Amino acid sequence: MPSPTLGFARAGGAPSGTPTKITQGSQTRGGIGESTLRPDGTLKVTGEFAYSSDMWHEDMLWGHILRSTVAHAEIVSLDTGEALATPGVYAVMTYDDLPTEVRTYGLEIQDTPVLAHGKVRHHGEPVAIVAADHPETARRAAAKIKVEYRELPVITDEASATAPDAVLVHENRDDHHIGHVPHPNIVHRQPIVRGDVSAARERADVVVEGEYCFGIQDQAFLGPESGLAVPDEDGGVHLYIATQWLHSDLRQIAPVLGLPEDKVRMTLAGVGGAFGGREDLSMQIHACLLALRTGKPVKIVYNRFESFFGHVHRHPARLYYEHGATRDGKLTHVACRIVLDGGAYASASPAVVGNASSLGIGPYVVDDVDIEAIALYTNNPPCGAMRGFGAVQACFAYEAQMDKVAKELGMDPVEFRQRNAMEQGTIMPTGQPVDSPAPVAELLRRVKAMPLPPERQWESSEGADVRQLPGGLSNTTHGEGVVRGIGYAVGIKNVGFSEGFDDYSTAKVRMEVLAGEPVATVHTAMAEVGQGGVTVHAQIARTELGVTQVTIRPADTQVGSAGSTSASRQTYVTGGAVKNACELVRERVLELGRRKFGTYHPAWATAELLLEDGKVVTDGGEVLATVADVLEDEVVEIEAEWRHRRTEPFDLRTGQGNGHVQYSFAAHRAVVEVDTELGLVKVIELACAQDVGKALNPLSVIGQIQGGTAQGLGVAVMEEIIVDPKTAKVRNPSFTDYLIPTILDTPTIPVDVLELADDHAPYGLRGIGEAPTLSSTPAVLAAIRNATGLELNRTPVRPEHLTGK
Amino acid sequence: MRVNFTVNGRPQEADDVWEGESLLYVLRERLGLPGSKNACEQGECGSCTVRLDGVPVCSCLVAAGQVQDRDVVTVEGLADYAKQRDRVTSGGTALDEARQWAARGTDSQTGEGGELSPIQRAFIDAGAVQCGFCTPGLLVAADEMLERNPDPSDADIREALSGNLCRCTGYEKIMDAVRLAAARQGEEV
Repeated sequence: MPSPTLGFARAGGAPSGTPTKITQGSQTRGGIGESTLRPDGTLKVTGEFAYSSDMWHEDMLWGHILRSTVAHAEIVSLDTGEALATPGVYAVMTYDDLPTEVRTYGLEIQDTPVLAHGKVRHHGEPVAIVAADHPETARRAAAKIKVEYRELPVITDEASATAPDAVLVHENRDDHHIGHVPHPNIVHRQPIVRGDVSAARERADVVVEGEYCFGIQDQAFLGPESGLAVPDEDGGVHLYIATQWLHSDLRQIAPVLGLPEDKVRMTLAGVGGAFGGREDLSMQIHACLLALRTGKPVKIVYNRFESFFGHVHRHPARLYYEHGATRDGKLTHVACRIVLDGGAYASASPAVVGNASSLGIGPYVVDDVDIEAIALYTNNPPCGAMRGFGAVQACFAYEAQMDKVAKELGMDPVEFRQRNAMEQGTIMPTGQPVDSPAPVAELLRRVKAMPLPPERQWESSEGADVRQLPGGLSNTTHGEGVVRGIGYAVGIKNVGFSEGFDDYSTAKVRMEVLAGEPVATVHTAMAEVGQGGVTVHAQIARTELGVTQVTIRPADTQVGSAGSTSASRQTYVTGGAVKNACELVRERVLELGRRKFGTYHPAWATAELLLEDGKVVTDGGEVLATVADVLEDEVVEIEAEWRHRRTEPFDLRTGQGNGHVQYSFAAHRAVVEVDTELGLVKVIELACAQDVGKALNPLSVIGQIQGGTAQGLGVAVMEEIIVDPKTAKVRNPSFTDYLIPTILDTPTIPVDVLELADDHAPYGLRGIGEAPTLSSTPAVLAAIRNATGLELNRTPVRPEHLTGK
Repeated sequence: MRVNFTVNGRPQEADDVWEGESLLYVLRERLGLPGSKNACEQGECGSCTVRLDGVPVCSCLVAAGQVQDRDVVTVEGLADYAKQRDRVTSGGTALDEARQWAARGTDSQTGEGGELSPIQRAFIDAGAVQCGFCTPGLLVAADEMLERNPDPSDADIREALSGNLCRCTGYEKIMDAVRLAAARQGEEV
């Protein structure tokens, strides 16, 4: 049975010391480091797991949102009369029906109208909402709302945004970035300057310039935006919702509803993937407004068409790079300018700018850098968080540049990268030292050392198996014109929220004895979006409390914030919070034991005590008592916040500052076969090597790496939201026209996992979810360049880019 | 209109069905069977895959009226369907057996206690489930393929599952799961 390589390598020797000594959790099964299975797995394979779109309530109504048909326009008139008169319709609401003066929201800048106010700024902006007794009735009633638009010129790129007579996308900005941006159509600008690029340029033997273009990628999570809002008797509302961060939603929803936060109760419903697309609000406020207006439960479910308009996308970008190097293959300097299109509303654009700039030169040692990143306000679709968050676009460009410089030097591209690879102790362009392992050269070595897939795999005794060839069952070639190419790339991603953000998490852990057995309960507000946080929380509780039975409570706002399921941060931060709360509970249990039994055995006072397998034991393994005897009827429950190391903002002029918590690294090798006559690409293999610090659940780690790799593959060869540059309207909002990789498009993804502990992080772990999305795309592009000899400065690559010479 | 059809071996009647409703809508919203998923509702993603008279179809593209007097199997009935297949090669379900389905309890928190089909077990064991939204459709499609082709090559698996999109896994663990189910099936014979 063929299966991908699953390599795990640990650095550092096994723990030494006296053989009798045991450490907390080492005697308890199902703890960290094991590939325990998902607690929600059975429900998910039987169809019983309740996703947000599966919510149902007696007497519920269906909500629907009317969206703008144009990108930039004044609303001249709005007539809801006919819609409201439609049988089965319970409510129609527009801007004028909003209950309070708070009528906008946003992650950082509150610039997004709940419903359009006299103007729309992008195609598909919410204008009105309808509640009816059948989803089709709601949809048809919404279509009866008459909106008259007076169209305005559209801002679609940097030139139109910053032209002297440019229309302002937002007229009266008062956010905290307006003071340092060169134009009101620029959301945020972050320069990073270190050393002296002009002087360094003089030392360079080769200087290579390049201009790159990155298309708009959609998260394309499969579970559509959806939720159910149920009015409460006390005038509040209970929202069952798929989101990445319950408390961030709550903070934005409550003021618009005019309710205190404790009257907006939120419970996480099943989340069908997220990838950044659920950081911003979608239908949350709309469902609550309709529920409070009608007094009935209201469910809203987007269809796929609406989903393309209902969440922010990955920023498209134009990137301009200059790299210099000496003849012996050392980088002298990098200068770059990264222009991100944030679309009509700010969303996460400022933070994406921070990432793109601070990670803009990649995992390399360069003393002289001049970096600038900006995000524009335009009338294009709003863009914000997506897996990789600014680092993806930069990686695509700097890795293309690294290949170009290597070629100019006549040097092997992997060797050139290794000569410039950062390592522990390297100073980032921001001045921040990298103070944990950064095995960039080693990851490249490992990925290069993996065996290559055999050539001409399509050949068999019965002729060509076209399924293995570019074009597949379309039967476009039997191998004629097919050329193989190999490409490499490596990337760097930050882990956690950066730039001084108070990025904490909260966990509540309870320990009690039920039916004679100790049982732990873990309660957090962490959004499980598929990544497996719930699996890991149970593992941590088993390790820290020495129990086998762990219950994970549903995530809700009855416990403190867990922060966002973003930025590869949840295992680190909420995992850290669960570990911390477990340690506090363990101390309390041991304290109870000392009080109760301390006089019977001196070890209670003198030995290091552990909880193992339901017992209190010494670190020498001697059993002192059972947890059941210690606790009896007592319940120990502790809720505590936990924080990682503080970060600081980047200086607005120089970009200097210890802005990031941790860095994460992955490298890819892509093997492609290209039908050079038709421009069709088949990716044969995408091998990945990644350092994960410590794999808490190896099976889930591999799953994250393979999933991230596939998303990088998608934006390399097929995924792009096409926006008409004349009208700023989206042309392909469907899975018919926006293609994501199928199982036929996705190759085998062998993974080599390195575990070099980061001493600053819980268990030495490193956030892993995003890094594999970075290097996957440029590796595929490099392989296609290698096969075709073409320059290819944009992604995704389409057939016409490969044939239209 | 009223639609009478069989779902997972049991006769079902849906009333007040609007002519434009899909089989998917009727299953999810009228019969309380939300296991079949609504990821695109345009036949592109396969998340709503069910078997209609044994043939895998996207239930979002089947008008409810088209299923009158026909047999539908959804992910909710997959375990029983697989068990039934093992026992008999053709024919319907005995009434006594159908009654037992409702009597069998499962833990609402974890789903433990219920029986799983080999393909369901393999998806859990291989780590093929992340967010799980594509899982029901993939399970129905993969189960049907293994019924036709008990010893599939990798190319066969990819071809059979090419109508089912997954955004989380990169498909590798799904390949592992189908290989695992096929291997376990082979061991039993």
